[in-house]
Amino acid sequence: MSKKIVKVNVNGRVLEKAVEPRMLLVHFLREECNLTGAHIGCETSHCGACTVDIDGRSVKSCTHLAVQCEGAEVLTVEGLAKGGVLHAVQQGFYQEHGLQCGFCTPGMLMRAYRLLQENPDPSEEEVRAGMSGNLCRCTGYQNIVKAVLHAAATLRAARAAAA
Amino acid sequence: MNAPKEAGLAERASALQGMGESRLRKEDARFIQGRGNYVDDIRMPGMLHMDIVRSPLAHARIKRINKEQALAIPGVHAVLTAEDLKPLKLHWMPTLAGDVQAVLADEKVHFQMQEVAIVIADDRYIAADAVEAVEVEYEDLPVVIDPYAALAPDAPVLREDLAGKTEGAHGRREHPNHIFTWEAGDAAATEAAFAAAAVTVKARIHYPRVHPCPLETCGCVASFDPVRGELTTYLTSQAPHVVRTVVSLLSGIPESKVRIVSPDIGGGFGNKVGIYPGYVCAIVASIVLGRPVKWIEDRVENISTTAFARDYHMDGEIAATADGRILGLRTHVIADHGAFDACADPTKFPAGLFHICSGSYDIAAAYCQVKGVYTNKAPGGVAYRCSFRVTEAVYLVERMVDILAQKLGLDKAEIRRRNFIRKEQFPYTSPFGFEYDSGDYHTALDKVLAAVDYPALRAEQAATRANPASPTLMGIGLVSFTEVVGAGPSKMCDILGVGMFDSCEIRVHPTGSAIARMGTITQGQGHQTTYAQIIATELGIPSEVIQVEEGDTSTAPYGLGTYGSRSTPVAGAAIALAARKIHAKARKIAAHLLEVGENDLDWEIDRFKVKGDDSRFKTMQDISWAAYHQAPPGLEPGLEAVHYYDPPNFTFPFGIYLCVVDIDRATGETKVRRFLALDDCGTRINPMIIEGQIHGGLTEGFAVAMGQQMPFDAQGNLLGNTLMDYFLPTAVETPKWETDHTVTPSPHHPLGAKGVAESPHVGSIPTFTAAVVDAFAHLGVDNMTMPHNAYRVWQQLRDCGAAL
Ligand code: FES
Ligand code: FES
Repeated sequence: MSKKIVKVNVNGRVLEKAVEPRMLLVHFLREECNLTGAHIGCETSHCGACTVDIDGRSVKSCTHLAVQCEGAEVLTVEGLAKGGVLHAVQQGFYQEHGLQCGFCTPGMLMRAYRLLQENPDPSEEEVRAGMSGNLCRCTGYQNIVKAVLHAAATLRAARAAAA
Repeated sequence: MNAPKEAGLAERASALQGMGESRLRKEDARFIQGRGNYVDDIRMPGMLHMDIVRSPLAHARIKRINKEQALAIPGVHAVLTAEDLKPLKLHWMPTLAGDVQAVLADEKVHFQMQEVAIVIADDRYIAADAVEAVEVEYEDLPVVIDPYAALAPDAPVLREDLAGKTEGAHGRREHPNHIFTWEAGDAAATEAAFAAAAVTVKARIHYPRVHPCPLETCGCVASFDPVRGELTTYLTSQAPHVVRTVVSLLSGIPESKVRIVSPDIGGGFGNKVGIYPGYVCAIVASIVLGRPVKWIEDRVENISTTAFARDYHMDGEIAATADGRILGLRTHVIADHGAFDACADPTKFPAGLFHICSGSYDIAAAYCQVKGVYTNKAPGGVAYRCSFRVTEAVYLVERMVDILAQKLGLDKAEIRRRNFIRKEQFPYTSPFGFEYDSGDYHTALDKVLAAVDYPALRAEQAATRANPASPTLMGIGLVSFTEVVGAGPSKMCDILGVGMFDSCEIRVHPTGSAIARMGTITQGQGHQTTYAQIIATELGIPSEVIQVEEGDTSTAPYGLGTYGSRSTPVAGAAIALAARKIHAKARKIAAHLLEVGENDLDWEIDRFKVKGDDSRFKTMQDISWAAYHQAPPGLEPGLEAVHYYDPPNFTFPFGIYLCVVDIDRATGETKVRRFLALDDCGTRINPMIIEGQIHGGLTEGFAVAMGQQMPFDAQGNLLGNTLMDYFLPTAVETPKWETDHTVTPSPHHPLGAKGVAESPHVGSIPTFTAAVVDAFAHLGVDNMTMPHNAYRVWQQLRDCGAAL
């Protein structure tokens, strides 16, 4: 199959790679970019383990082609921490025991990251609805909800301090 | 005057982050940064990808397989079928249950999606293309889906390979589709109890086929080095050491040259106990091609082929006095094992520990019989987040006790109170011969009833029932369960002849940090955190500097793995006892350093001190250093120990769960208003992790009770093998959980711990059913079959004339 060049910004680095047009973004990230944080739990858009952020939106990378990302900015779990400092959502999941096997976690974190920008002060119900595209088989969600609320509070406090 | 000293001690103890502390998890750092290392993350130079050609039919003869077109695709290296594996004698493999299973279908297929051929290609896309290009011609055979029909005299014979074999691994086979009949208890005594009883009840309780469905599917990367003759395989396994033994036996490669590694595992729940054809094929492909081969199943393959659970058809009976005192329990079970008997149970127990089915009750006489049957479904029969068949057992007894209560008009709490084994009866020998280690069921029940104000709930329910205009029905489910976990004593439990012990090796380094290697493997349970806490408390070494490693058979001591809640009961004990060996040696070293007798020393948190003289002591750190350069004469240098722990008995965690539901009379939707889980897992090592495990188990129980099922049509097509159809609840449907606990330590476990992660699954499923059925109890309904999804509940509403 003839390849296409795709130029994409991944976690702040511009990459240019020749890929088959049929290559899924999740395989592009995992196999071409060595970013194995995004996981594959279903390949049918149901589980959310593959969630990444593209141009400010949560996207399930298992049902998105790499070539669709031409010129896009992609953020994956590997790009969340900055300068060795964990992002508030990562800290929240750690503090509130929001993960067990860790397989859903990168997708959960990326979704939480975007959700808290869409809604910086969500209620518990809003967190549950906002995270409902991401399945977890281990935690029962209760601590994931706590983790996201923990992160929301941290981010609001940081914003208040900066203002 | 002791206050500052006490405070100092408390500070020292808490600095260790030992047992009882809600220590944050050590494994999280890598997972929250995308640095986990799961099987699909592993890449090796020259690695190829394997994909599997599967049967669209449930029962058919294979007429012809044409590989030509697939092999013509650039990038395809091989297409292998049973014919190719035959010369290696690898086209069939033994199962853990004493049966054989086709690695690749040999002349016929026995279930839909069975493995027929494998393709190996440069990448997963090309492999998928090649799968499409392999042509297989089938001839339909009659399909048997119903296990009762399978035993009909004229039923089609499913396993032609077993023709003429009247002896199976577990005794006589009475019919070509019969696998085994297994029984426990005393049939005659039970019959006598039934004959003399004032009241008897009987019901058919069906536990549908479900799938554990962890978020990560199964897979492996096999790499055979033809020069060294060594095989390394990274594999999603809950029992890597057992896999190594099996692989060595199958391949003829000495066990010392086989290395199996379970890296990070994305959830197991029983799905990753078995040894699947995909693993064997990838290993064979790597040996044949001399290159690493990766196989990762997709979700449809996962749900369709690797390890279903349950599928028990149970006829339960209870005999009781008129005031509800249970005299006898009897059950006959038809167990649908699918096309090959690949259940993962201890060898002597083809129905697992199903004979825990007398539950938390003091019943004088009991009997159970389980018949295993072949059908045209995938093999499996794993313990989905439970100890071997305990979920089925608890479901049976809890349903039957509720049915009896309804017949007698007794309250569901009261009937339990009347029949519970009393605290002073422990250790208690059950009618099936289990020796329950410890328990206090009445206290737990009272605590739960008080917490929810049970009388007020029943009053509210009565008011709702009295109001014909109520838009909802209200149900209260109350369940008590006793689990049997920590398999197990090797006199009773083995897998392929290997006793079900577990192991730990601890090394304390000169500077006082330590490494522990274990025969178990975490799949999210947080072993790296909790095991270190045990060592911290036992040896006074801060858990922060204790590394825990598991899953690599070339470094870890042999163990039977993690399933059936056996990690804490078995491996946890191994850790404690290995640590105690080190502790004993440390005492000798301390005595030598302090120039006193061993008996002149007291242990205090992290040090030995001379009795009556607080100023003379040696900390564990001092002792570690000394162990490597100043060991007492006659004592070997170094500070390490290994312990293989063969438990004297199982452990018996228990709990009381209560659930309140409101059922919408118009839609049949069930809303869980409240769920309180009280667990007693004995000594608690990390309360935060316990709580997390309970949330997870309750959620999996909710999924099973309220939505999971694997329905088949008459042709054997599985109608629901994607996450579109197979119910995994999201954060929206999942109820909010309330938890509580009591602590009744196990008297025979070195730490008093019993294991916890499976209790919430085992206990919650009957609780949801009990709550849903209870909503209909006043309408004469005493049982309903799972899953209680809106459509099915609405059908019940309609049938009772209660639908709006
Ligand atoms: S792998 Fe993308 S949603 Fe499941
Ligand atoms: S932590 Fe295992 S799936 Fe979420």
